[in-house]
Amino acid sequence: MNNPSVDTAPPAADAATEPLLAVDNLHVEFVTRQGLVRAVNGVSYTVNPGESLAVLGESGSGKSVTAQAIMGILDMPPARIPKGEIRFRGTDLLKLSDQARSQIRGQRIAMIFQDALSSLNPVLTVGWQISEMFRVHRGMNKRDAMKKAVELMDRVRIPAARQRVNDYPHQFSGGMRQRIMIAMSIALDPEVLIADEPTTALDVTVQAQIMELLAELQRESNMGLILITHDLGVVADVADKIAVMYAGRIVEHAPVHDVYKSPAHPYSKGLLDSIPRVDMKGQELYAIKGLPPNLLDMPSGCAFHPRCPYRRDNCVTDVPPLYEISGTRGSACHYYREVLDDTVG
Amino acid sequence: MGRYIIRRLLQAIPVLLGTTFLIFAIVYALPGDPVQALAGDRRVDPVFAAALREQFHLNDPLIVRYGYYVRDIFSGDFGQTFRGLPVSTIFEGKFQVTFKLAATALIIEAIVGVLFGFWAALRRGGWEDKAILAFSLLLVSVPTLVSGFVLQLAIGVKLKQLTGTQILPVAGVQDGLRSYLLPGFVLATVSIAYLTRLTRTSLMETLRADFIRTAVAKGLPRRRVLGRHALRNSLIPLVTYLGADLGTLMGGAVITEAIFNLPGIGQQLFQSVYLRENSVVVGIVTVLVLIYIVANLVVDLLYAVLDPRIRYE
Repeated sequence: MNNPSVDTAPPAADAATEPLLAVDNLHVEFVTRQGLVRAVNGVSYTVNPGESLAVLGESGSGKSVTAQAIMGILDMPPARIPKGEIRFRGTDLLKLSDQARSQIRGQRIAMIFQDALSSLNPVLTVGWQISEMFRVHRGMNKRDAMKKAVELMDRVRIPAARQRVNDYPHQFSGGMRQRIMIAMSIALDPEVLIADEPTTALDVTVQAQIMELLAELQRESNMGLILITHDLGVVADVADKIAVMYAGRIVEHAPVHDVYKSPAHPYSKGLLDSIPRVDMKGQELYAIKGLPPNLLDMPSGCAFHPRCPYRRDNCVTDVPPLYEISGTRGSACHYYREVLDDTVG
Repeated sequence: MGRYIIRRLLQAIPVLLGTTFLIFAIVYALPGDPVQALAGDRRVDPVFAAALREQFHLNDPLIVRYGYYVRDIFSGDFGQTFRGLPVSTIFEGKFQVTFKLAATALIIEAIVGVLFGFWAALRRGGWEDKAILAFSLLLVSVPTLVSGFVLQLAIGVKLKQLTGTQILPVAGVQDGLRSYLLPGFVLATVSIAYLTRLTRTSLMETLRADFIRTAVAKGLPRRRVLGRHALRNSLIPLVTYLGADLGTLMGGAVITEAIFNLPGIGQQLFQSVYLRENSVVVGIVTVLVLIYIVANLVVDLLYAVLDPRIRYE
């Protein structure tokens, strides 16, 4: 909805043009004392210029790990990537040298994090931290870089930017701090921006402002935006398409409104049903039964089966592939038709 | 800031009174008669003894004697010994020796400890890390008494026999600052071990922080991530330790001074306790407490320099 071209975009199958960023069958695992943790098990998604992809899932679903793998900021070891590709404009980032990757990181693919207070260096002024991007990557001198920092702070609408450029992170409110994170991330006009739960630490009114700002910046610069969140409410206004993750896999991907209208996976349906609604006031809030799976000891078959109301015997034994529903939709549920029928009917 | 310093200095007064009174009381509670100690084994003329007792207020209650003492100290008079020497004369030059020794130790400790600690943290789990940890354990385990004599023998005798030259002075202060290098190192050994481990932990903790992840995500070179983003944040606990350690080093130099024959305050303290020169003992401790208080104040002020979140008013 932010970019009209998305509605008319050809199906992902079109191979003539590579997407801006394509994650393809990515696997990430962590070697721990307790054993091998398979955090990401074959995730694929794509983002095009001007497009917003919301990656949805609860803690431990692998959504942040996927993002960190794209950025190349995973600690390896303990993490390792046994399989998969991350193609940025057709080049597999995983095959690049460290040197080449650091040329992309921060400059062409940037990231903002959940808690801006802990994500900003407490002992350096915000202006210093923003201007560092220009000084290190563009070789600017301190004065010019500081001027750029003030411009950026203006652009993300921090009031009195010129006076506040020499303040420290703790002197700003939560929303303003996240704006500073955003200013820092867009400093060098990245082509892809990954926002990892950018509004989780903020109160609701500020959340809306930050999302609005992100959408606006995206419109202006035509970046691809990957929005990682567990909050379905945040997604609807900003995202073009959604990828729902569970236990390191994508269980459903679809254009945003399709998911809201008729989810095709029991997990997405559960997530939607658990959003509080005014017309359901007074009734008990729906909650998905059970707990997210232990990544050290994954359930057999479909990882969601212990919590799934649609469970049949084969769910316990057969891992569902990502069934294609239409050119733009997929669901990793053996019984997605039933799920679809339930919500439409 | 200025008001904070003044407040802290005012707070130091009760601390100073409390510690000196404790020392004063303990020292005078030691068994034995100071007047008799002066004479050794010989009998003291009772008239002379009574006169001495009167002169030094020995017949007054403890609290009154302490009152006299504090009054004099505030006018810069540390009193005199039974032999009539002003205590301040005995101090002369000795605090400088101990201070130079402690400062040398502190500098060696800071450089070696921080370097090894950083090295270990950056190679966490690697063989360098394990070797440094093992070495620091060794340093903690060997008492100064042993390391002092061993190094003195190794450098002053064995190495000299082998090479014909003495690379470092091993006793006395006649070679200027060079004389302090070896004793400074010996005095620093235990602290080096602590500081190494503290630095290692502190840096490792900082490296796990979110803002380090941000710095990496900004595409900064590793050197810059470490030097500009991690270093300053991991210095804060180290400064605390170093500040407190200056006091410990000054007070704990007794053995090192004795081994390396340095005419410092530690040797004097030992001698004065032995000779029951209570006025000297209390005087030395008072000055040491003062140094401790000032060092801690400096540490607290350094916090504000290192961490802008800390502000004093």
